[in-house]
Amino acid sequence: MEAKVKYYLEIADNAFILSHRLSECSSNGPFLEEDLAGTNVALDLIGLAESVYNEAAKINGKGQSGDDLAYRRDEIDYRNCLLTEQPNTDFAFIMTRQFFMDVYNYYFFTEISKSSDEFLKAMASKSLKEVTYHLRRSSEWMIRFGGGTEISKDKAQKAVNTLWKYTGELFTPSPCDNELRESRISVDLNTVKELWDQKISEIFYLAHLTKPENNYQMIGGKSGVHSEHMGYMLAEIQFLTNKYSDAKW
Amino acid sequence: MGTENQGAVWEVFIQSKPGQPYKHAGSIHAYDKEMAIENARDVYTRRNEGISLWVVPADQIVAVSSSESSSFFEPADDKVYRHPTFYDLPDGVKQM
Repeated sequence: MEAKVKYYLEIADNAFILSHRLSECSSNGPFLEEDLAGTNVALDLIGLAESVYNEAAKINGKGQSGDDLAYRRDEIDYRNCLLTEQPNTDFAFIMTRQFFMDVYNYYFFTEISKSSDEFLKAMASKSLKEVTYHLRRSSEWMIRFGGGTEISKDKAQKAVNTLWKYTGELFTPSPCDNELRESRISVDLNTVKELWDQKISEIFYLAHLTKPENNYQMIGGKSGVHSEHMGYMLAEIQFLTNKYSDAKW
Repeated sequence: MGTENQGAVWEVFIQSKPGQPYKHAGSIHAYDKEMAIENARDVYTRRNEGISLWVVPADQIVAVSSSESSSFFEPADDKVYRHPTFYDLPDGVKQM
């Protein structure tokens, strides 16, 4: 599999797996409006994933479809970051995971809209409108948690403390990422990290939240070494394609 | 979660095209202005219904109570001469 296909899969898998986590909350939102809003984000993300999977399948040229890439790979072949697969614990946790990813997506897609790769450039420009809205929503929720009650602030800070160790992986380039840097297909994750840090600081200041002192980081997702949650998740995601191998939709 | 603790009720108005009046679309729950406009967007404009939105706290709307409605509106019933029905509208006027 060439580097570009792997790089595409990193982008698509992040969107796909996070979208699935959000879809698990569908009909379980804290109230109707929030339920719809969260599901809207899940739909935006799966739309993004679908277009990138389809393009990756085309480049790969092995007669696979985008759906094959999404639903018919082994756990070790998924390249999403560990952060996206972390399970839904409580609402503060779900929103904090979303906030970290929204900030990342916002700056990542801003950078990749300058990529030398025509497809990624077009995809990023289209996605940025959606991502800008996602970021606006999750930022406001973080500020609302922090400025709300003792309990809401405490829950948000706990979520930040728990998820912090998965944020470093977002900015750790994989081998395919490094390989595509010279041709300016992939983007410099250091730039994304700098902007991500700034935005996090800004929102945390407004939300009275603090960055954890402990900066121990876990990585693995990008190289297929996932957390224990991933297998259960894939069992559910791939149930239909596993049971009905010729299923079409 | 139960039906309590969903925030206040806000009324949602959508403008479908530039120059058109804002029309009442329904209501939503929210805790603050930002959440209200975003919830309105997510609930009522998912299918290209509009290009602009207003949200108004429902408790800020002044309404005529039903007991007052006859004294408010019925006096107009027998005053047909207030309708400009004897004018021909120019063809160029699209909305009246």
